[in-house]
Amino acid sequence: MNKLRRVYVNEEWCLGCHLCEYYCAFANLNGRDLARTLKNVRINPRIKIEERNGISFAVSCRHCDEPLCRKGCITGAISISDGVITIDRDRCIGCYTCILSCPYGAVSPSDEGPVQKCELCTKNIYGTPQCVTGCPNAAIVYEERW
Amino acid sequence: MAINYIYPDYEIARNQDRCINCRVCERQCSNGAHEYIEDLNKMVSYDEKCVNCHRCVALCPTRALKIVKSGHTFKENANWPGKIINEIYKQAESGGVLLSSMGNPESFPVYFDKMLINASQVTNPSIDPLREPMETKVFLGPKPQKIERDEKGRIKKVLPPFLTLSMPVMFSAMSYGSISYNAHESLARAAEEVGIYYNTGEGGLHEDFYKYGKNTIVQVASGRFGVHPDYLAAAAAIEIKMGQGAKPGIGGHLPGTKVGPDVSRTRMIPEGSDAISPAPHHDIYSIEDLRQLVYSLKEATNYQKPVIVKIAAVHNVAAIASGIARSGADIIAIDGFRGGTGAAPTRIRDNVGIPIELALACVDKRLRDEGIRDNVSIVVGGGIRSSADVVKAIALGADCVYVATAALMALGCHLCRSCHTGKCNWGIATQVPELAKRLNPNIGYKRLVNLMNAWKHEIEEMMGGMGINSIETLKGNRLMLRGVGLNEKELEILGIKHAGE
Repeated sequence: MNKLRRVYVNEEWCLGCHLCEYYCAFANLNGRDLARTLKNVRINPRIKIEERNGISFAVSCRHCDEPLCRKGCITGAISISDGVITIDRDRCIGCYTCILSCPYGAVSPSDEGPVQKCELCTKNIYGTPQCVTGCPNAAIVYEERW
Repeated sequence: MAINYIYPDYEIARNQDRCINCRVCERQCSNGAHEYIEDLNKMVSYDEKCVNCHRCVALCPTRALKIVKSGHTFKENANWPGKIINEIYKQAESGGVLLSSMGNPESFPVYFDKMLINASQVTNPSIDPLREPMETKVFLGPKPQKIERDEKGRIKKVLPPFLTLSMPVMFSAMSYGSISYNAHESLARAAEEVGIYYNTGEGGLHEDFYKYGKNTIVQVASGRFGVHPDYLAAAAAIEIKMGQGAKPGIGGHLPGTKVGPDVSRTRMIPEGSDAISPAPHHDIYSIEDLRQLVYSLKEATNYQKPVIVKIAAVHNVAAIASGIARSGADIIAIDGFRGGTGAAPTRIRDNVGIPIELALACVDKRLRDEGIRDNVSIVVGGGIRSSADVVKAIALGADCVYVATAALMALGCHLCRSCHTGKCNWGIATQVPELAKRLNPNIGYKRLVNLMNAWKHEIEEMMGGMGINSIETLKGNRLMLRGVGLNEKELEILGIKHAGE
């Protein structure tokens, strides 16, 4: 596995506050003011909190070395660039095979294109993962682990 | 009862233009002060449930929330302020003793704010701590009064056990039970990194924290919770808690709801049982009895560890301290009436004890007059809020200070004074797992280390300004202080001159 900074979630510290979802949606709408960008908006974030029985953690793309979404993509729209799995929206035809093949449920239909997934905020104005910056308890971290 | 007489103290002010209904306030409030109403697609707030802890305010991503004082008022009455009227309503309804948390909030004089620090000008040089060495290290314990030599003239190097601190500040006693596991871990790790000590309080030492033993002071209080040979052996020093500044004359109260499996095991008491420490130590009714406990603890630890005796600052504190200095104790800790607590009867917290500044000044003077000041070190706590307070306390004669409220604030405490409810939204004074996890010790310990480093820099700057390059030179150097707005008696007790003198 190549050494790369990825977003990891420490379940131990996740409070289930859902702020990561809002910061994700905000960043990917290239917003400048959170209140103005998200007022009256139903968010469709790329990171999502899973919670049950008092346990919660955020789930987003793992940026696998051998991603099943890329394997399944029938148009070659999904590729790995510098370790980040990205979607070429011009090539994507919205067949949703990637959504079905991702074992983590990290790919989802998008409001402004066929599909969306976490691209570590490399394609928005922020450049670094905003879920990490916004997490109040440092449960979401952006670090090298291997 | 049918009628609720109490109008909420605070109102939750929500800017609906900025609220995006993310519901973080609702999810984070353990008091249920916020709710999302689906039909209205709107957040609503319940002021009566708000304790003004600012958790929602701090986490709101759009700054849509703030807490304001409710404008509600009674007819003005100098003898019957609204606070007292409300307390009567509460007691008439509950029939119970009023409970409070944290330190005395009433408007008694703060003597630290009426003392000013000196600085060098022209005739004596000030020191720049960034360019010249500055010593903030202190040693706590008896100081040898004479140099002893053996038959060959070599200095005998047998010193009594003492504590070494990188700076004259320690984290004072807060028990596991009153504060969370994560709060304890933060304190322990910060103490280790800074090179100071934290204090277990009377709730025993969690097995995970034995590894921080060399930076741990363990407490033996009247309830003897969690006291056993390994506990004593793990520590760097042992503190006998005779009293606490927030509630002199009574023992600790930990409600059974906070006594879960871990706290139960650590305290060695049944799960769910209230941990009520007796008001006195039932084996201590005199200084001679205290001496027996001091020596029992020394015997139990092979005379390897200094013993601290902690008392609340009360009217007769100088005489009591004099007795303690003769009891074999190595360090005296004095806790002022501003000291915090996880739960205390309101009347006791707000009306019992004396200011730490006066207690410190009179104890230091008494021990000097009696020629026994070097038998012990003096540690003061209960009202130390900043590095300036530390400098003033040392100039008044303290060897070191204890801080707890300031340390908790570094961990997120907003002084809402609701610790006794056990529902601390900041994960500090709670044992509810979902709340306790809100304090991530990886963040918490760094914030404590930052606070201590910041204070250390400030202490160095102030000492440098005075032309002093070590804490030892500042200690008891009351000429470095001047009073402002103090009367003759206050100046006499503090042992300082008035500004202009």
